[in-house]
Amino acid sequence: MQINLYKKPVLFAIVSAVVILIGTIATMFIPMLTPQMHPKLENLKPYTPLELMGRDVYMKEGCHYCHTQTVRPLKTEVMRYGEYSKAGEFAYDHPFLWGSKRTGPDLARIGGKYPDAWHYGHFEDPQKFFPESNMPKYGWLKNNPINPSEAEASVKALGFPYTKADIEKLKGKNELDAIVAYIQVLGVAVAKKPSDKPKSDMTQNPLIGNKEAIAIGKKLYDTNCAACHGADGRGGIGPSVVDNVWLNKEGEVGDGFIYAIIAEGTSTGKEIEGRIAKGGMPPYASQFDENKIWAIMAYMNSLKK
Amino acid sequence: MSTDYQFDNQTVNGFIVSSIFWGVVGIVIGLWISIQMWAPSWNIPPYFTFGRLRVVHTNGLAFGLGLGAIFGIFYYITMRLTKRPLMFPKLARFHLYLFNIAIALAALSLFAGMNQSLEYAELEWPLDIVVVIMWVIFAIVIFGTIIKRREEQMYISLWYIIVTVVAVAILYIVNNLAIPATLTKSYHLFAGVNSANVQWWYGHNAVGFVFTTPILAMFYYFLPKSTGIPIYSHRLSIISFWSLVFAYLWTGAHHLVYTPLPDWIQTLGIVFTMFLIAPSWGSVVNGYYTVASDWSKMRTNYLTKFFILGITFYGLQTIQGPTQGLRIVSQLIHYTDWIPGHVHMGTMGWVTMTAAAAIYYVVPKIYNTTIYSEKIANIHFWFVLVGQLIFSITMWITGIQQGALWKATNPDGSLAYTFMEGLVKNYPYWQLRTLGGIIFTVGMLFFIYNIYMTMKKGKTLSHEKA
Repeated sequence: MQINLYKKPVLFAIVSAVVILIGTIATMFIPMLTPQMHPKLENLKPYTPLELMGRDVYMKEGCHYCHTQTVRPLKTEVMRYGEYSKAGEFAYDHPFLWGSKRTGPDLARIGGKYPDAWHYGHFEDPQKFFPESNMPKYGWLKNNPINPSEAEASVKALGFPYTKADIEKLKGKNELDAIVAYIQVLGVAVAKKPSDKPKSDMTQNPLIGNKEAIAIGKKLYDTNCAACHGADGRGGIGPSVVDNVWLNKEGEVGDGFIYAIIAEGTSTGKEIEGRIAKGGMPPYASQFDENKIWAIMAYMNSLKK
Repeated sequence: MSTDYQFDNQTVNGFIVSSIFWGVVGIVIGLWISIQMWAPSWNIPPYFTFGRLRVVHTNGLAFGLGLGAIFGIFYYITMRLTKRPLMFPKLARFHLYLFNIAIALAALSLFAGMNQSLEYAELEWPLDIVVVIMWVIFAIVIFGTIIKRREEQMYISLWYIIVTVVAVAILYIVNNLAIPATLTKSYHLFAGVNSANVQWWYGHNAVGFVFTTPILAMFYYFLPKSTGIPIYSHRLSIISFWSLVFAYLWTGAHHLVYTPLPDWIQTLGIVFTMFLIAPSWGSVVNGYYTVASDWSKMRTNYLTKFFILGITFYGLQTIQGPTQGLRIVSQLIHYTDWIPGHVHMGTMGWVTMTAAAAIYYVVPKIYNTTIYSEKIANIHFWFVLVGQLIFSITMWITGIQQGALWKATNPDGSLAYTFMEGLVKNYPYWQLRTLGGIIFTVGMLFFIYNIYMTMKKGKTLSHEKA
């Protein structure tokens, strides 16, 4: 039998196919027939036509070659990006876009992390936000209008619900609008968990006026804060950090208040000292330890003069 | 018969020349994107941004250089091992034209951003149909020739050729099932976790049945041919063949370790990946023991070192790959630059090295001449070896560094580095990688020059008796 096999090409091809199909059936076809491969979170929503067009732009421009969309269940990864990815989050993803390389950061939890204005600004000129970034500029996407009839063909093909009004609304939208809309819904089906924040027992900045700390703070501020709040601290996408308006309300606040804003961000909806945190600033608690936050504040303070 | 043979050699020749042409395109783009990694101003929207060029690089080299060489050399090997001309020579010639049309359309469509976003299955659905037709034609010619062969026993290389055709047919068709929205846009039939599982079942086996089995077919044919030493163990070839073909299909999930894919599929993938070391090394050992009967061939026959270094990198690749699959290693190096380092050891060290040596063997034969210059071939060898080592080693170092910085924490448990702080530490390594790429490219230019001069020297394609 074995001797014959190497003299019978057709039989050889059939045996090869069977051998190939064993692993294929076990690890691919059988799982496909079970519900474990088709999970869906209850509050997961299908993409709107605009979001789907944004996803198409993401695929067209090959964003997935540099950005992943899956947070691994590893401690530091969850700290950096947020809750680890769940199987049920991707039910409407044709195809999945988890990626295989993280030249840039993971985007699984990017939705809602920054305001739209941040993304428009960052797509336009990533180096303005992160001077040493290697991301290409994508402002030119705004020159490419979205084609509503193509968008309709796409949502129809995927069987996503839509209304005529959704399609109407696409008129005048461009590829940059679409990709920002898509980015903003990434990972939002999973509730954000409050991050482990480095709590400070102090209410007064211990590093005010400390020259060494101000130098460290300047470096951190320039790379992490300046893009939104301006190199001079006088604002841009985000508000000024050198005046006395905090959370849209004038009046001096304590160091502990500013510390909390940097650690927790301003999108928590919480009330702090009579002010409501309803802004677009992401939390930095997982990126900066206590000393770094105080150092940034020491630098911000030095900018006031 | 002899006139048929002349025709067949032209098809082989056509594939080799096409392969080299697409290779140049792919390598130039490779250098370009390596520069974009550390100099973003080299992105020229919309057609020449990293996101569009990377996919032209991978497809151009895997399918233009790789498949072009594979088709040509498979035709060459099959004719010799069946002792007859190709069964449908005109169909084979049409295959050559269709191949070049398909690769050209593939490159243009990818530049235009038509991308299914499945790695190594990026082409949109109309081109998928062209690719399937092309493979069906290839299968008809190859199977026709093998069935009507004049040598009863099928040699090892023919097994690998047959299994390549069968596997590619199954893999390509399943993973490219898509819902078309327009002529240029479609969506994967599968969604989410399932889409991931199908894609990496395909993706890993595209590596298996484009970068492994066809190259082994070349290795098993050309190593004995160029050294004059028969393969060490026929039994070992049989065992490694069947265990390789069996185990490969289980391993795709090692690309999805720590993702939301069900854990048992990941674990099964990791286990079979570890098992895969055995059949891979079966071929490595077979190669070493073959040449071990006369190691002086490394000195006296200029092609031997290409094959031995090639199989050495295959051996290292198939140790490194399974190691990467282990969860403890995966969590450090997955998504980092370690992975391109790994991939390029296989593509530059194993695939290109072996295929180039096969071309060195074939071209003088079909032009009825000798190689233009063994000295230039030796220079080519050292340049591509050094270039590839610089590429791989720098990427391994910076990959480990990246993984470690992502995981590093302060004494209070907070993250020690922002993403940007980790990214900037790659720059010197990415610059060195470009240097490695330039050295490799110079080596390939020596190769192309040598092949061109050999063809010029031989002038006409030979008439061979069957």
